Amino acid sequence: MDNKFVIAVLVSNISGVLSRVSGMFTRRGFNIDSLTVGETESSGFSRITISFHGDEDIKERILQQVKKLHDVKEVEVLNTNETVIRELLLIKVRNKSESRQDIMTAVEIFRSKIVDYSPTALICELTGETSKIDAFIELLKPCGIMEMCRTGIVAVERGENCLKTVK
Amino acid sequence: MMISGAKIVVETLIEQGCDTVFGYPGGQVINLFDELYLANDRLKHILAAHEQGAAHAADGYARATGKVGVVIATSGPGATNLVTGIATAFLDSTPLVAITGNVPCELIGRDSFQEVDIVGITMPITKHNFIVKNIEELADTLRMAFKIAKSGRPGPVLVDIPKDVQIAKCEFEPKTQPVIPSPIVYAPENKLRQAAQMIDASERPYIYFGGGVIAGKAAAELVALSERIDAPMGCSLMGLSAIPSDHPKFLGMQGMHGHYASSMAEDEADLVIALGARFSERATGNKKRFAQNFKIIHIDIDGAELSKNIPADLAVQGDIRDALERLCAMVAEKKLPEWEARVDGLRIEEMERTKSALKRTYEKDCSSCPAPCDKTGMPASERLTPYGIIDAVSEHAPEEAIITTDVGQHQMWTAQRYPLKKPRTFLTSGGLGTMGFGMGAAIGAAAATGKRVVLFTGDGSFGMNLNELATAVTQKTPLVIVLLNNGVLGMVRQWQTLFFSKHYSNTTLDRRTDFVKLAEAFGAKGWRCSDTEELEKALTAAFAEDGPTVIDCIIDCDEFVLPMLPPGGSIDNIITEIK
Repeated sequence: MDNKFVIAVLVSNISGVLSRVSGMFTRRGFNIDSLTVGETESSGFSRITISFHGDEDIKERILQQVKKLHDVKEVEVLNTNETVIRELLLIKVRNKSESRQDIMTAVEIFRSKIVDYSPTALICELTGETSKIDAFIELLKPCGIMEMCRTGIVAVERGENCLKTVK
Repeated sequence: MMISGAKIVVETLIEQGCDTVFGYPGGQVINLFDELYLANDRLKHILAAHEQGAAHAADGYARATGKVGVVIATSGPGATNLVTGIATAFLDSTPLVAITGNVPCELIGRDSFQEVDIVGITMPITKHNFIVKNIEELADTLRMAFKIAKSGRPGPVLVDIPKDVQIAKCEFEPKTQPVIPSPIVYAPENKLRQAAQMIDASERPYIYFGGGVIAGKAAAELVALSERIDAPMGCSLMGLSAIPSDHPKFLGMQGMHGHYASSMAEDEADLVIALGARFSERATGNKKRFAQNFKIIHIDIDGAELSKNIPADLAVQGDIRDALERLCAMVAEKKLPEWEARVDGLRIEEMERTKSALKRTYEKDCSSCPAPCDKTGMPASERLTPYGIIDAVSEHAPEEAIITTDVGQHQMWTAQRYPLKKPRTFLTSGGLGTMGFGMGAAIGAAAATGKRVVLFTGDGSFGMNLNELATAVTQKTPLVIVLLNNGVLGMVRQWQTLFFSKHYSNTTLDRRTDFVKLAEAFGAKGWRCSDTEELEKALTAAFAEDGPTVIDCIIDCDEFVLPMLPPGGSIDNIITEIK
């Protein structure tokens, strides 16, 4: 049975490391749903958040293969019930008088922000879990989406649990 | 002391215990080769004919000794020519450090002359790789490369060094000792206890071992376990030579072209203990049919191998020698006479099936065969057959000889038949199946050990890297090349015969190569043999030579490698005879 998994991977912050991690997925035929990477509190490390779907067997194989990479220092499957997961969306829609009110309503209900406004187009910014973002996009579709960009998820576990950097 | 990057490379190699390196010079490693020239009394460089041959030689050096093999090549085509060699080492877990030159840092990314992204290219076929853009990091990067190559499950590491880094100077202090591999991983005690319980409860245990037993120096512990629990053993291609072929509990290689008795015994077992092996599809056949009747204990140093191909009932990550030693002390000693009798019965069945398969080729009409021979009417006792040739070679070769092979039918026949005695005496490309592996590997193995080397090859494989005969002549490699010449690409032909309605598409070589003249042209000696008497004479002469020799043995084009589990098939479809 297919499940959705989110893994957090702590890697050395050196050139080529993203290729190594993403290349492993390609080479072994694993699919990535989303991948984000960014710096951490210590300059020597980056943190990669990868979401993918598959069964337990695939999850286990991915974990083992990721662990084997020399630049990978720590890897953990995040328990999605105990994790804060966020994604950022920037979406540009047509600014037409007949749909403006619909956009405004959606923005308000979803706690989105309008971050650019011109006579013909406007850009909304939205942060949230993947499902919230999906729903927002669905709502704006009839208003005419000109372009959009989403970051993929970042995730941090609640409470004391941390992905430790090697001190 | 302030020294150049090129000198740092040479000094670090020496510091890491390296005595011989293999390679080929070029524009972006010319500085490095200048330092090799100056250090030639401390570090020997063997010049190959082609970078691929050099990579296989470094691999052969590593396989024959367990030490890290080193290969050096220039940028661009020099580096890409290493790729097959590196992939071969990766698939068979051999410790290798490949050093490539590259264009100066400021020219990288501009498609400069002989520039390729070799780090990008070799990422999926190395344990890890580096490009060193800062001379301050050069020595430690090389040390790390050695450490990674030999730690845990060994494998190849590539270090790419731009030319300006070879020229730049920096302070260097040699270390007094080579880097120590990462601490070994000990198998968890509770898992071993569980394993012991499963073994104690088993009535028909079977041990399936692989190359990990050789890499992990666990041959004695393996035999001890087998004898203690009265379990027969079979192995993957990579496991061969770990224990003597004539060990009474050993049934030989299993799988696609494995021995009948080992594949059958495994299928009839109630427990399979997999040691340092990875359940490659060539060793298991159809995965859905495999392991229907038995439980699996899988012990391996590489956690990623556990349950990768076949789900294990008990997966144990840990150093194989340590795990076996502890496991052996936990299990009860037992005798399983019924199981032993059944396994003996399988051995007898195997012998009978082999006999009847051999009879067929002895009686064959040769007149329409594309092999460069006609054996029609030749008495069976005089005919050259694959097993007959292998037996004859084994009688002439010294016991400590190192056997290398290329890839194809000759490889499988040798794997099935050659009486191996000691670990690291059978070097073959198992995972990648690299035709042309053997020439380089033989040169590397001889350079590392000084021992007599035998290469079993076919006329197809030999054609891939026979240029290394030049290297063998220069190096006076004590190498006997036994060429099983059937005029066809026999393994593919065998499949075409069995599964493609005898459409011999591009497998009939129809070449006119005179291998005796070819050997002589390279400065080696050669003989052509069509019958057993000629073979005897040639073997006597060849093993008396100090340098390389070629024995061109003419065999039938329709010799089959049997038994055979058809591709995608299982033990139920085992073919032991071709009608």
